[in-house]
Amino acid sequence: MADPGAGSWDGGLPCPPEEQELSQRLRRLYPAVNQAETPLPRSWSPKDKYNYIGLSQGNLRVHYKGHGKNHKDAASVRATHPIPAACGIYYFEVKIVSKGRDGYMGIGLSAQGVNMNRLPGWDKHSYGYHGDDGHSFCSSGTGQPYGPTFTTGDVIGCCVNLINNTCFYTKNGHSLGIAFTDLPSNLYPTVGLQTPGEIVDANFGQQPFVFDIEDYMREWRAKIQSTIKRFPVGDRLGEWQTMLQNMVSSYLVHHGYCSTATAFARVTDTTIQEEQISIKNRQRIQKLVLAGRVGEAIEATQQLYPGLLEHNPNLLFTLKCRQFVEMVNGTDSEVRCFSARSPKSQDSYPASPSLSPRHGSTNSHIHSAGVDSPSCSNGVTSTKSKQSHSKYPALTSSSSSSSSSSPSSVNYSESNSTDSTKSQQHSSTSNQETSDSEMEMEAEHYPNGVLENSTRIMNGTYKQEEILQTDESSMEDSCPQRQLCGGNHAATERMIQFGRELQTLSEQLCREYGKNTMHKKMLQVGLCLQPELAHSRSRMPSACWPTRTPGTAPWGSSWIQFRGSLCALLSTVLYWSLRTCQSSPR
Amino acid sequence: MACVLETPLRMSVLSEVTASSRHYVDRLFDPDPQKVLQGVMLLYLLQQETSSTELRTECAVVLGSLAMGTENNVKSLLDCHIIPILLQGLLSPELKFIEACLRCLRTIFTSPVTPEELLYTDAAVIPHLMALLSRSRYTQEYICQIFSHCCKLRHWHSCGFKSSPQPLLCANGPDHQTILFNHGAVQNIAHLLSSTSYKVRMQALKCFSVLAFENPQVSMTLVNVLVDGELLPQIFVKMLQRDKPIEMQLTSAKCLTYMCRAGAIRTDDNYIVLKTLPALVRMCSKERLLEERVEGAETLAYLIETDVELQRIASITDHLISMLSDYFKYPSSVSAITDIKRLDHDLKHAHELRQAAFKLYASLGANDEDIRKKIIETENMMDRIVNGLSESSIKVRLSAVRCLHSLSRSVQQLRTSFQDHAVWKPLMKVLQNAPDEVLVVASSTLCNLLLEFSPSKEPILESGAIELLCSLTQSENLALRVNGIWALMNMAFQAEQKIKADILRGLSTEQLFQLLSDSDVNVLMKTLGLLRNLLSTRPHIDQIMSTHGKQIMQAVTLILEGEHNIEVKEQTLCILANIADGTTAKELIMTNDDILQKIKYYMSHSNAKLQLAAMFCISNLIWNEEEGSQERQDKLRDIGIVDILHKLSQSSDPNLCDKAKTALQQYLA
Repeated sequence: MADPGAGSWDGGLPCPPEEQELSQRLRRLYPAVNQAETPLPRSWSPKDKYNYIGLSQGNLRVHYKGHGKNHKDAASVRATHPIPAACGIYYFEVKIVSKGRDGYMGIGLSAQGVNMNRLPGWDKHSYGYHGDDGHSFCSSGTGQPYGPTFTTGDVIGCCVNLINNTCFYTKNGHSLGIAFTDLPSNLYPTVGLQTPGEIVDANFGQQPFVFDIEDYMREWRAKIQSTIKRFPVGDRLGEWQTMLQNMVSSYLVHHGYCSTATAFARVTDTTIQEEQISIKNRQRIQKLVLAGRVGEAIEATQQLYPGLLEHNPNLLFTLKCRQFVEMVNGTDSEVRCFSARSPKSQDSYPASPSLSPRHGSTNSHIHSAGVDSPSCSNGVTSTKSKQSHSKYPALTSSSSSSSSSSPSSVNYSESNSTDSTKSQQHSSTSNQETSDSEMEMEAEHYPNGVLENSTRIMNGTYKQEEILQTDESSMEDSCPQRQLCGGNHAATERMIQFGRELQTLSEQLCREYGKNTMHKKMLQVGLCLQPELAHSRSRMPSACWPTRTPGTAPWGSSWIQFRGSLCALLSTVLYWSLRTCQSSPR
Repeated sequence: MACVLETPLRMSVLSEVTASSRHYVDRLFDPDPQKVLQGVMLLYLLQQETSSTELRTECAVVLGSLAMGTENNVKSLLDCHIIPILLQGLLSPELKFIEACLRCLRTIFTSPVTPEELLYTDAAVIPHLMALLSRSRYTQEYICQIFSHCCKLRHWHSCGFKSSPQPLLCANGPDHQTILFNHGAVQNIAHLLSSTSYKVRMQALKCFSVLAFENPQVSMTLVNVLVDGELLPQIFVKMLQRDKPIEMQLTSAKCLTYMCRAGAIRTDDNYIVLKTLPALVRMCSKERLLEERVEGAETLAYLIETDVELQRIASITDHLISMLSDYFKYPSSVSAITDIKRLDHDLKHAHELRQAAFKLYASLGANDEDIRKKIIETENMMDRIVNGLSESSIKVRLSAVRCLHSLSRSVQQLRTSFQDHAVWKPLMKVLQNAPDEVLVVASSTLCNLLLEFSPSKEPILESGAIELLCSLTQSENLALRVNGIWALMNMAFQAEQKIKADILRGLSTEQLFQLLSDSDVNVLMKTLGLLRNLLSTRPHIDQIMSTHGKQIMQAVTLILEGEHNIEVKEQTLCILANIADGTTAKELIMTNDDILQKIKYYMSHSNAKLQLAAMFCISNLIWNEEEGSQERQDKLRDIGIVDILHKLSQSSDPNLCDKAKTALQQYLA
């Protein structure tokens, strides 16, 4: 079961015995986790914490060093890594070394980017169990009665069940029952302290746990095994085959792998519902989105699917927001034409999906964005692609998803993240955050109104000055070279113009359909992508720049993930528009 | 006999038919004698040593199938003396035949109509069964199953609880356990826990749970038994693992629970705290079957009953307290409409679920005030108890009372929720014509409701409690006598004259003296306590002494002369002190030289408590401001009290010393 990647990752350097014990225990607890790709939390992050938090003893001990006057002095720290989904069931424990003055301690989980000047549980995407009153806080300033209080000497455990997205706590080895349900993914172990003298020690597996988590894991393994065993199987084998074939075929058609779908249909002696040309059209639009040329994608959609965007104003708005983002980074054709460095390349439209190697070029483009390379994100060249492949040949071939013979838009985002992670580790020994895109995950939710309620808390809670400060520092650190609209002035003018239009559209939608926090959020995301904007903010009409959600730090590969998800969204809408109304446009 | 020759063939057909068709099986025991004859014939054939083994085996199989039918079938078979015949069959050398006989015996002994005693009538049977344990996995399975059904303590949950002062132990239980134990059951069955057959492991485990229940001897032995290098408790804990079948988890949790309650495992042992308790809490969860939830809650109630630390842990584990409130939601409203079968199932278990939940609440709230508060704050808790008190099922009523009793130990709850929900009303109703079992708990709850700070005291009095309690003091059942007199004692505390008079009238002097000569020290103490409470405040003292003075003085003399412990004598001296506080009542002491000599004696007693109590009497008698104090002082001086007071004023005991000095000052004034 042991993953070879994890093994090599651990065994690279000679480790002290306690490290070895930790690695062994983690491997035993989470055999399915590939630690090379998704490292497990092993300590608190010295970077991802509030100033009032002090770390010691190998970043496992947390103490409070603020004034502790009131809740504004609360401070939290997150673990170095989020909990990998492959854990299935994840568990860590925190020992209360000292309850300090008042014992206002919170133990829990939070997404990346959640304000650290707070106790876990007070904000959206943050969850905590507090020692002073024993209440659980589920993204809210008011707690619910949950369990007993805890104090000096107690060991509090937190178990995240990623199978049913719940969480329960333990106290001194006793399970306290479910605290949270419907948890989002990619949460970090988090603790928060609020009064002087509070000290807690974390156990991410360094020591045996007080609670018998392995017994709990055994129960779930047995549960899942019996579910599989009990799954009703149709009498005839043929039914299974048909179902599987349909599944494969519809997947291929949905994602526009036209030739593969045709070949598959031929071999399996089935038929494809949709016509080839229609698949190709959708594929073309998808590729435009993935390449960041959203403006063209919108045009193509309007041309090929008249009326579709008019019926989906939310989708149109989402696309336009993205277009704005692409304009800002100089990828969209509306601003690209201003840039001398990157002429509009009509020929990059894939004439046919059979020309699959083209994907390689897009791939390397993403690759370069994933690593902190200079901003010529649209200057995609085949040489670059070759370079990156030859540089780490073994890695590319070992990556299961990026086989060059069958590139696909889905593989595309996967292979991107894999490559970037691996290459980072090769290129630098510093433990750089490889996937700091957690906040973007929210944006991936489709704007169909599901998330509307839950996002409201975030808006307007913070003072703008505060945020500006932290923004600037972090932005300057991480990306000094990137330039607005590729540095072209005319393009910038066009972008500002577009930004205003977008704001107008938003207001119009707001009038017609009521307030949509998701839209507001998208505008914000569009804004905060750009480091330069923080500086240029003063030059812009203020209405254009809504307050940025605190803590969002969408860099690097996250852009591309957003493109991917947008592409999937658009593609899904197009696909279903075909299936529901039979008048498929040519 | 012609048909007999054909039997081998017909038998096998018959056994298949009988196993599959209950209808046919039942018809075999038709009132029509012709048909019953078939069963008798089978038994006859089975006994014939001359019949072929195959034929005899088939007979046993068919009889086994018949026993699977209704209870009437089993009764008919028992009437034909099937058990001795089958036990005889076990002596055969043929394993197949033995297995068939055992299977049939198993079926018969697991029926509720079969008396367990039948297994023990012949002393040779148990050793022979022990010997057969090594023969095959089937003999192992059936024999273990027979054992675990034949030393069962029926209704253990109602006798296991310490809260009922007189455990109604089943007379046969311990005997059976001891018989099996003495024949090496522990050693013979222990190794079956590592059998490859799940059924054998399971039956062996069940056997141990039955053997260990309330049996320190068996439990202490089990702790040290080794199987394949592992101690038995370790093996039980392994069987508790969450991926094991629920039945196995539940039964091994029972074994560990019983061993713990029998004193073989400490209550703070990690096996109990971190393994057994959490496993039992899990059994109470919604995911489990109704039967499992009932058993889990009952076993947990038993485990934590007497240990406050375990109660605290259970109360925070997996939201147990709110989880239990789901036990009251059967039959659920949905099931009634959509699914008749489900409704039937729900109804069948609804009573069991409720009584189990009440029982567990009672254990949880037995000692800790915070837990009681949490329980009462559970949704509709008081309403549920009140409803439970008037349910038709006696089991539910009993555990509802038990729960109420546990919660009534809280002063705060007595003053608030108990009053808000007028729990005394249904409680008084329960006390009318209830069986002793219920009466014991209900009356001790009533004791708490009659405490002087309880607002329920008044309405309870008005609803005729005195009469009821007085009748309880005449009960054969010791616990009821104690509770009855205890409640009266509480009632008399700082009560008004009318209530005191009612109590005295209700109780009658004869009964009062009957209680004062009760063999049980508890009854005596509470009766003295009642007297003491009756004899408080001067007008009451004089009033009562004027009517009952003679008898009371007699009783006091009797007790002071008798062989009683210090507490009893102290209480009695306190009564004297109270009498000495009366105005006219004083004379009853002053004119009784015998009593005066006794007081003098206790002033020089070796026990400081008794000295102090005697001193109270003297103080009350010589108090200056009262009429006739001079004469009393003189008389007491004459009998040498003053000398003793002087001696006591030098005492090292500060209390005594103070008291003596104050008394001497009365003489000086």
